[in-house]
Amino acid sequence: METKNKTDESIFYSNAFRSVAYQAVLFGLLTLLGWYLYSNVNENLARQGIATGWNFLTTSSGFDIGESVIRYDAGDTYGRALLVGFLNTLRVAVLGIVLATFLGVFMGVARVSSNWLLSTIASWYVEICRNVPVVLHVIFWGTVIHLLPAPKQAIIPFEGAFIMNRGVVMPFPVANDAYVWVGVALLVGIIGVVVLNKWAQRKRERTGEYIPTLWKGLGVLIAPPLLVWLAFGAPLVWDVPSLQGFNFKGGLQFSPELIALLVGITFYTGAFIAEIVRSGIQSVASGQIEAARALGLRPGFIMRYVTMPQALRVIVPPTTSQYLSLTKNSSLGVLIGYPDLVNIGNTTLNQTGQSVEAIAVMMMVYLSISIVISICMNIYNRVAAIKER
Amino acid sequence: MRQTIKSLAVLAVAGTAAFAAAPAVADDGPTLKAVKERGEVLCGVHQGRYGFAIADSQGKWKGLDVDFCRAVAAAVLGDSEKVKYMPLGSVQRFPALQSGEVDMLSRTTTITLTRDSALGLNFGPPTFYTGTGFMVRKSIGATKVDDLAGAAVCVFPGSTTEKNIAALFASKKMDYKPVVIESSKQLVGAYMSGRCDVLAMDQAGLPGHQQFDASNPADHMIIPGVYSKEPLGVGVRAGDDQWFDIIKWVTHVTFNAEEWGISSKNVDEMKASNDINIQRLLGVKGDLGAKLGLDKEWAYRVVKQVGNYGEIYDSNWGPPLNLERGINELWTKGGLMYGFPMK
Repeated sequence: METKNKTDESIFYSNAFRSVAYQAVLFGLLTLLGWYLYSNVNENLARQGIATGWNFLTTSSGFDIGESVIRYDAGDTYGRALLVGFLNTLRVAVLGIVLATFLGVFMGVARVSSNWLLSTIASWYVEICRNVPVVLHVIFWGTVIHLLPAPKQAIIPFEGAFIMNRGVVMPFPVANDAYVWVGVALLVGIIGVVVLNKWAQRKRERTGEYIPTLWKGLGVLIAPPLLVWLAFGAPLVWDVPSLQGFNFKGGLQFSPELIALLVGITFYTGAFIAEIVRSGIQSVASGQIEAARALGLRPGFIMRYVTMPQALRVIVPPTTSQYLSLTKNSSLGVLIGYPDLVNIGNTTLNQTGQSVEAIAVMMMVYLSISIVISICMNIYNRVAAIKER
Repeated sequence: MRQTIKSLAVLAVAGTAAFAAAPAVADDGPTLKAVKERGEVLCGVHQGRYGFAIADSQGKWKGLDVDFCRAVAAAVLGDSEKVKYMPLGSVQRFPALQSGEVDMLSRTTTITLTRDSALGLNFGPPTFYTGTGFMVRKSIGATKVDDLAGAAVCVFPGSTTEKNIAALFASKKMDYKPVVIESSKQLVGAYMSGRCDVLAMDQAGLPGHQQFDASNPADHMIIPGVYSKEPLGVGVRAGDDQWFDIIKWVTHVTFNAEEWGISSKNVDEMKASNDINIQRLLGVKGDLGAKLGLDKEWAYRVVKQVGNYGEIYDSNWGPPLNLERGINELWTKGGLMYGFPMK
């Protein structure tokens, strides 16, 4: 950029120079502050005789963890223990985001429904759940699960499944090599559905002919994995849980802590998402919908092609914030004993005494998860945003 | 970021470490100076464990750990009531001490090498000896540890117990499922409601939970025997030798007073004793207090206001808990409590 003032060519009056200089000074100050804090921490820790460094990550932890998606025992390292915590956090966050989205969208749509009962239930749900602190949600569900019967008197909703104060267990297929190929086939099916929809859309845009894709799509989705599974001789052995000693062994197990945490944060976040969805739908001008009706579009069509594309613009950004806070709220698992990252991080810092390092690990992990969610949602937002044609 | 209170406490340490001024602190007893200026001893205690530290319905703290806070306040400030109790979870306790939130940690804390060294702490003489114990419901039919294979075990996070049971079950090649909750109420509640088959903690803590937290104490039993060594002692920050010495010798006062027959009831008469040891202890002769930066009557007040070790033990572990003294007896009676020479 050139200076406008021709009479003074001094570099100090150059906009370009100034902007660079200001930023350099700011950067320098921030670096100095960071360096000051860093050296101060080191000096104070050294003076108090507190151990520092990252060596603890590779030493044996000596404590066990109640549930883990990877193999872990007390002989493993603190690093692996933290990894177990990270995966547990990720598991509850992903499940929570999926469930809260379904619940929130359903309740949000129900709130604007013309069905009185449905909209009343939805508004009660929203008002009760979002006005109770999330901590209480989690503790409430933790207590509710503890009130369920003991393993020997477990509730049996269907053969092989048990609900009790030790959680929920149900039969699960025994792993088989064929399932990898079934998974691949499912992927093929998903691609098939996308292609089918694109084809139907092109055809409609070109000819105006509407091709219903729901049942065709379902067929395209299910047929490949089903065929692959049959081709392998339909392998299916159920791992049915059974009571051995004190607890159930085998099958698919959900601990009471996971369920309580999941239900708690899902109900809480679902209420906020419901409100976001409602406001998104109501933000679409009624003239748009009336115009669509006047054109003779069917209600499902109006929702899909008129209301939703415009509502999503309003819905997606605040929903991102809800996903982020759900992920961070999952740290409340410590209150009821869910072995998430904070739980294991706390134990680690207490056993090693290295609070600064342990806190740094926890902060970095939450920051990373949050950034990944933000990036994904921003990409989706770009897709969902209305494109000017 | 939404964090739990505990994490905030921990963050506070990181924060304190980050922002505290770098220059080294003065040499002349910073903790003692701060305590005298404040007029209160800040003492970290358990949130609620019968016999060690528990607040009654009036909010008055009682317990063996509490009595050592009171003994220090009596010695330093002249009044055993000048204590501010800070109930701490098992995970918060060390950060709270390291960051200076408390002056002393009298919280069922096992003395271990790592805690003494890597955590930057010092520990006074053990005030109580115990070991990991297990409580179970009688209905599960387990009478010894070998019967506990596959059990769900409720245990405090960050405790020595957590590591002990991992080692114990591994050595017996037995499976178990730990359920770790930091809040004492939540953890004991989880056991009582049947979430866990076993409640594991220092054995001395179990009778209290059996007596007061179970709807029917007779439904539960404590498995005989202890499965680790847990010498519990008072912790202080490393680097303040004077304060460390005060903690150490206040503890020895309680042991020696019992051995020499001095109790809160007869301490005034004992001042007239001809025994030179008793005269030194009670400040009739010599200047032991001055060497610690305290006055002549420091030890007299400890015994007068709090009592000797035997009195402390009996008032906290007598009825209804009725825990036998066992190895917590004086060395003269076959136990491990051994007061060092006070001269």
